[in-house]
Amino acid sequence: MNAIVNISRLLKDRLAKTGLSRFKGGVHPPQHKLESTTSPIRSVPVPKYLVLPLRQHVGNVSKLQVATGDHVLKGQLLAKADGQVSAAVHAPTSGVIASIGNQLIPHPSGLPDISITLESDGKDQWIERQALDYLAMSKPELLDHLREAGVVGLGGATFPSHIKLREDTRHPVRTLIINGAECEPYITCDDMLMRERADEIVRGIEIMRYLLDAEVCAIGIEDNKPEAIRAMREAVAKSEIAINVIAVPTIYPGGGAKQLIKVITGKEVPSGRLPTEIGVQCFNVATAYSVHRVVNHGEPVISRVVTVTGNVAHAGNYEAPLGISISELVQLAGGQAEDGDLIMGGPMMGFNLPAVDVPVVKATNCIIVPSAEMFPDPEPALPCIRCTRCADACPVNLQPQELYWFSKSQNLEKAREYDIFDCIECGCCTYVCPSNIPLVQYYRYAKSEIIAQDRAKEAADIARERNEFRLMRIEREKQERAQKHAQKAAGAKAETGADNAVEAAKKAAIAAAVERAKAQKAEVVAKNTEAVSPRVEAEIAKIEARRAQQPEPLRQPEQAQLFAESQEAEVTSASSQVESLQPLSKDKQPTEEAK
Amino acid sequence: MNRSPYLTDAPSVTSIMLRVLLALVPGIAAYVWVFGGGILVTLALASVTALSVEALMLKLRGRPIRMFITDGSALVTAWLLALALPPLAPWWLIVLGTAIAIVLAKQLYGGLGYNPFNPAMVAYAALLISFPLLMTSWPAPLTLAEIQLGFVEQMQFIFSGALPTGVALDAVTSATPLDYLKTQLTLNHSMEEISQSSIFGSLGGQGIELIAAGYLLGGLYLIQQRIITWHLPTAFLASIALIAAIFYLADASRFADPAFHLFSGATMLCAFFIITDPVSGPTTPKGKLIFAAGIGFMTYIIRVYGGYPDGVAFAVIFFNICVPLIDAYTQPRVFGHEK
Amino acid sequence: MLTALYVMIGLALLLGIVLGYSALKFKVEGDPLIARIDAILPQTQCGQCGYPGCKPYATAIAKGEADINQCPPGGDAGVHALADLLGVEYKPLNAEHGEPKPKSVAVIDENVCIGCTLCIQACPVDAILGAAKHMHTVIASECTGCELCVAPCPVDCISMEPIAESPANWKWRYPVFEIKPERPVQKKSAA
Repeated sequence: MNAIVNISRLLKDRLAKTGLSRFKGGVHPPQHKLESTTSPIRSVPVPKYLVLPLRQHVGNVSKLQVATGDHVLKGQLLAKADGQVSAAVHAPTSGVIASIGNQLIPHPSGLPDISITLESDGKDQWIERQALDYLAMSKPELLDHLREAGVVGLGGATFPSHIKLREDTRHPVRTLIINGAECEPYITCDDMLMRERADEIVRGIEIMRYLLDAEVCAIGIEDNKPEAIRAMREAVAKSEIAINVIAVPTIYPGGGAKQLIKVITGKEVPSGRLPTEIGVQCFNVATAYSVHRVVNHGEPVISRVVTVTGNVAHAGNYEAPLGISISELVQLAGGQAEDGDLIMGGPMMGFNLPAVDVPVVKATNCIIVPSAEMFPDPEPALPCIRCTRCADACPVNLQPQELYWFSKSQNLEKAREYDIFDCIECGCCTYVCPSNIPLVQYYRYAKSEIIAQDRAKEAADIARERNEFRLMRIEREKQERAQKHAQKAAGAKAETGADNAVEAAKKAAIAAAVERAKAQKAEVVAKNTEAVSPRVEAEIAKIEARRAQQPEPLRQPEQAQLFAESQEAEVTSASSQVESLQPLSKDKQPTEEAK
Repeated sequence: MNRSPYLTDAPSVTSIMLRVLLALVPGIAAYVWVFGGGILVTLALASVTALSVEALMLKLRGRPIRMFITDGSALVTAWLLALALPPLAPWWLIVLGTAIAIVLAKQLYGGLGYNPFNPAMVAYAALLISFPLLMTSWPAPLTLAEIQLGFVEQMQFIFSGALPTGVALDAVTSATPLDYLKTQLTLNHSMEEISQSSIFGSLGGQGIELIAAGYLLGGLYLIQQRIITWHLPTAFLASIALIAAIFYLADASRFADPAFHLFSGATMLCAFFIITDPVSGPTTPKGKLIFAAGIGFMTYIIRVYGGYPDGVAFAVIFFNICVPLIDAYTQPRVFGHEK
Repeated sequence: MLTALYVMIGLALLLGIVLGYSALKFKVEGDPLIARIDAILPQTQCGQCGYPGCKPYATAIAKGEADINQCPPGGDAGVHALADLLGVEYKPLNAEHGEPKPKSVAVIDENVCIGCTLCIQACPVDAILGAAKHMHTVIASECTGCELCVAPCPVDCISMEPIAESPANWKWRYPVFEIKPERPVQKKSAA
């Protein structure tokens, strides 16, 4: 016991000296990094066909800009970003668009998705490229360039980088962290990139720092990569800005963004929030490199470095054009694989590719060709014995055994209550489980089930609202019709000249109703006239904007009017809403009494 | 099929259980030294019973027999029960106890991983309530006994209850130190007089303290092997020592010193092997501290004020009941959350 | 003997006061029952339950007029949730009201549509756009898949299309692992 206390004290002392903190848990899987770092990054000949999925990033599917049969040049835009959270797709070589349609993509679902197939013409002819003088540009303009160039996080998350590089006035970024930790076994693409292209990475960091106006820049690299640390230190020394190269302890998952931030800054990113809330932003080294290529060379993201390792003759890193079939890459590395064999990503968080013939995408950092000895089939799972090794290993201090019970029994609410959404699916719990329980699989299941339920709930709420609105509208129309009838009847009665006190009162009520109806009508009409209050004008502008967003058929005059009317009804008559809601609230009363 | 992580590095359940058995060996060796080889018969009997009853239950429940019989958990339960029972207990008591542990306390709840109570302690408590006399009659340590029984004679006694001709039962049994302490205190004897008895050793009971040291050694091995964490044993021992110290300081003539409580009865066995049963224990670090400290406190109270000489079994079962509650209220702070 | 009696009575009184006080002090204002039932219902507004919408069905359940197993879109999970809420026994879905189907959306064949507006009137959530003599179209994201628009269409141009699984809406499956039974006998006893 004392030994353990002493060791942990020693460790703390050591960290105190380096100024780093540490996160709880973590594991030390065998590295297997040497196999793929013996030779430099190799270039890959452009293949005949390239397949480019339109969904290679987090966010909206990008919008197609070309048609089958179009000839495109290398670097030409094929699909542009749709909305803010989206990224563009470019042609990795020159050629002809052979087809556009569903193709198998590298995704754990094994489902096909919309992709562009590009047939290379063999010329590899670039579009006109232009370096940007970014210091002379406005920041939004520069961000637009990054958005158009398809820059996403290349660490695997593929979140569009231009969004993370936006200046946030509420949460200014003080610390810019560049993630070169690369904690997963087998993967070495960042390591090799840092060894060989340190200067370019630093150029990219300078641009990022400029955009975020960060005060401190740090590159975190695990101390099992001394060559990369040395290369980066040399490159940083040449830079005009101060960048700190920090060797962080090698422990998995030390390369997780939140874990690295904790190690370097000592601060924890609040659950469910973004790092900017604590004034930190974090990017992968490969992302910094691609920012540099975009800004200083005018080259969009059309290739990336991919580690091909495992059961291959020439394990190493390959600079692969996006869209190249993974089977070609494996052949190039002197390996063979069958459908379902290959693993994309590392051995801790990767997944089995549905087929060997899927394209390299922006998220493809590593391809592992496994042999039976490398990753033997797991032993059959025994019941959980609550040994809490998983809890000790969990880097976010969850209680994995509890989450496992809840997920297994589909007690999803409880799983959420025990913070299943803080789980980063790093796999440490499964790694140490003596009962061989595939814990992470249960969490993935529970998470996606909860998300689906939430979506269904949201859809149900919208449907309820729309249904209630419709009922209200029908009710209102009925009342208006009744009013009209009453008005007519009253008019007829007045002509007969029979007026007593009751009649007079009725008349007054009806007159008032007519006034109200008129006023309402006037208000409705007023919407389309010139002299309106600024608020109403804003409403009209909003409606116009919505109308403009609607698909073509809607713009036909009558339909548009119908649409606009229903919209206006929504914004105008607050009073009539209250009126027509009353029957609904009456419905509620009996049950309250019954209760 | 997607099943990442593809890598694992975990000892199997079997290897964990086997190392627990290994850790019991020093204690058992001391046991043999102090009470004779009879315990080996008891252990063998309990093991055979446990394995056969477990296999039978698995078959009845339609579970894969080989997978579960080889996990070693039944053996651990059997050994712990055997070591908790008085040496030279009759064979049918051992068989009955083991069967209760495996059938009632483990398999009927769903087998490995599903028992809410520590099976060995459930069986111990059931036997203690049903056969109080048998369960409290301990043989004297060999060094103190008038007549020393050999291995064969002990075995004969276990199976037939027959002593060698001319040997009276009183000649081989004696009160345990905890029992003796309790009786003498009710007779208004002071601590000083009581501790003069030959059954008291330098720390705990004569001989029994040696066994306790054996368990301590094994326990440290388990911690070193990372099979148990320091939380449970430390909190348990600290809690017993603390409360014993408070009583001892208040009135040294009526309460035994902390060392005596740590090195007598089942304290050490409990600290490293019984409350560390993961299945029936809490899972949070804070929960482990509370659980163990609670058992320590309750054990002491039962020893001093209860009707039984040692209170480990009841204290463990009581706190097993509290485990879900303890866990629910001691959830640790998750990364990025405020507490 | 008497002391024990007094103690017990005293305890009972004391606990009663504490419980009564906390019942008043910590009273939880729940939603009215109808709203809570309505929150469980899938809001398809399909009327398969025999009521003109989810809310009327919720009202009927609250009054005890309708059973909890009349909602096929809510599925088994829905019946379980209702049974939990109302503290009654679960019962399987009543087949009279239809079978649960995969979630679908209505699709109008725009070449066939004559613009009669009948479907627009039938749609409970205003998810169909269009005007008289103009082609109609369904807002797929708002469509609940209730099928109420299918029957009124005079030219049968509306079809229900199940929502296909795509990488965007795909879910991880419940982990199932094959355990090879050691002997076939065990299979029998397990079944």
